[in-house]
Amino acid sequence: MTLPKSVPGNILRGLAWAGVLFLIAPLLVVIPVSFTPERYLSFPSEALSLRHYETLLFDRRWSGGILTSLLIASITTVLSVVIGTLCAVGMWRIGGRRMQLLRLMILAPLIVPSIVHALAFYKSWIDLGWLDTVWGVIVAHTTICVPLVMITVSAALSGFDHRLEYAARSLGARPLTVLRRIILPNILPGVVSGGIFAFITSWDEIIVILFITARKVRTLPQTIWSSIMERVDPAVAAISTVMVAATLAAVIIKLTLAKRAAPQP
Amino acid sequence: MYVFFVLPAALLLFFLYLLPLARILMISATDGQGFVANYGAVLTSAPIHRMVWTTVEICAITTVATLLISYLIAYVLLQVSERTRMWMMLCILVPLWVSVLVRAFAWIAVLNNSGPVNSLLQYTGLTDEPVQLVRNQFGVMLGMVHYMLPFGILPLYAAMKGIDPKLISAARALGARPFTAFRRVFLPLSLPGLYSAFVIVFIFSLGFYVTPAILGGGRIVMIAEYIALLISQGYDWGIAAALATMLLSVVLAVVFIAGRFADWDSVLGGSRR
Repeated sequence: MTLPKSVPGNILRGLAWAGVLFLIAPLLVVIPVSFTPERYLSFPSEALSLRHYETLLFDRRWSGGILTSLLIASITTVLSVVIGTLCAVGMWRIGGRRMQLLRLMILAPLIVPSIVHALAFYKSWIDLGWLDTVWGVIVAHTTICVPLVMITVSAALSGFDHRLEYAARSLGARPLTVLRRIILPNILPGVVSGGIFAFITSWDEIIVILFITARKVRTLPQTIWSSIMERVDPAVAAISTVMVAATLAAVIIKLTLAKRAAPQP
Repeated sequence: MYVFFVLPAALLLFFLYLLPLARILMISATDGQGFVANYGAVLTSAPIHRMVWTTVEICAITTVATLLISYLIAYVLLQVSERTRMWMMLCILVPLWVSVLVRAFAWIAVLNNSGPVNSLLQYTGLTDEPVQLVRNQFGVMLGMVHYMLPFGILPLYAAMKGIDPKLISAARALGARPFTAFRRVFLPLSLPGLYSAFVIVFIFSLGFYVTPAILGGGRIVMIAEYIALLISQGYDWGIAAALATMLLSVVLAVVFIAGRFADWDSVLGGSRR
């Protein structure tokens, strides 16, 4: 089934390309803006300048934000990968109707609008004394990231043969041994992609952060947010360029690997 | 034994997620002057009515536009050569993974009064004055459609890939014209994918905070930002919690009603790859 090489077929293709370019083009516009020598948003007219990249490195608001975000996202990733993987494996083994309710509860953070759980965290974190602490952010982010890991690991488990687990168990292996020696090596891609999801989600998260942190904890998204809201600072273009370049590299690597792994038809 | 595997997640989500959420629902019924006063205020207040209409209007237009464009792109994606598909996928996946803040900022860089679009408009002589493109409803909807498109394209593409192309060939062989074969065979088979794309795009748009807040510039306020403003300025927890509860109810209703027709397997299976 291919589009006919006719006028309507060409129009469809042209429209689709227009849509796809609409997706990528704005992200490329930030690149020249980041090299402007001015203090306001503009395209560099003559000389290029790296001053906004220097800001990222030497201004405490930016460098501190990057380090805080790295710390929070790393710990969140480890916690949610461990908790989410264990849970997915447990639910896969236990199965049955009772697990459906639990699955629904654990997937809730994916459905509930962020603003609603941001309010919820704020109210309860006040009482727990976790407001404006790194720990408070990590806990909140972990509850949001566990379902992401659950989904990717459950998907990987659905392609895994139950009988391998039975065989290991009947030969006397205990559940933790089975998990470590039999299950984990087989579902590793699911665990890794769950971890990547979790890291990116925590790294980019802003809405909960706006509610549960104030001055002591400043993450990168918070610095970006206040820079956009107060005065549009070209340093945002510099960090955006870095993030777009990193994403571009990651997606190219992933697409190349997927192409190599795909069975040739 | 495997119960202990499930326990950490169950306890964490129950005590530190569901209970805090339940407290918000409780607050909407008890805080301030109580249930009737809070929900009454939501139902009768003129500013809240305006805000709800703005939200519904933007959300509806965004969802319809996103689904139309997504369907087109997913359909073409299915038909192009392997090489072209890689390029198109690159353009779809990069925005998907880039931070929502960066994407909203990029639109400010593109659309502001001295940005490339306005420069082009003035250079070509279409306008003399810069045209206001952001900090209004147009900017918000543009930014939202841009954010939602990958979430519409990917589930639709995953679902369309599962449709047997031989069915279309059979319809054509039996004498159906291309458009009839599409309308009577392909379109109905792609509906489950369309439903899952609809659920994802609609619930994201309805509770969207970041993009409307940045591109609306305080002039266009949707429900999520409105709730945040109530908390940060007025400390009106009762009304904020009532709005949050209503937002949550609508989202859950959409998920459970429209979600029944959706094709979740191909969506989740699609994310596996």
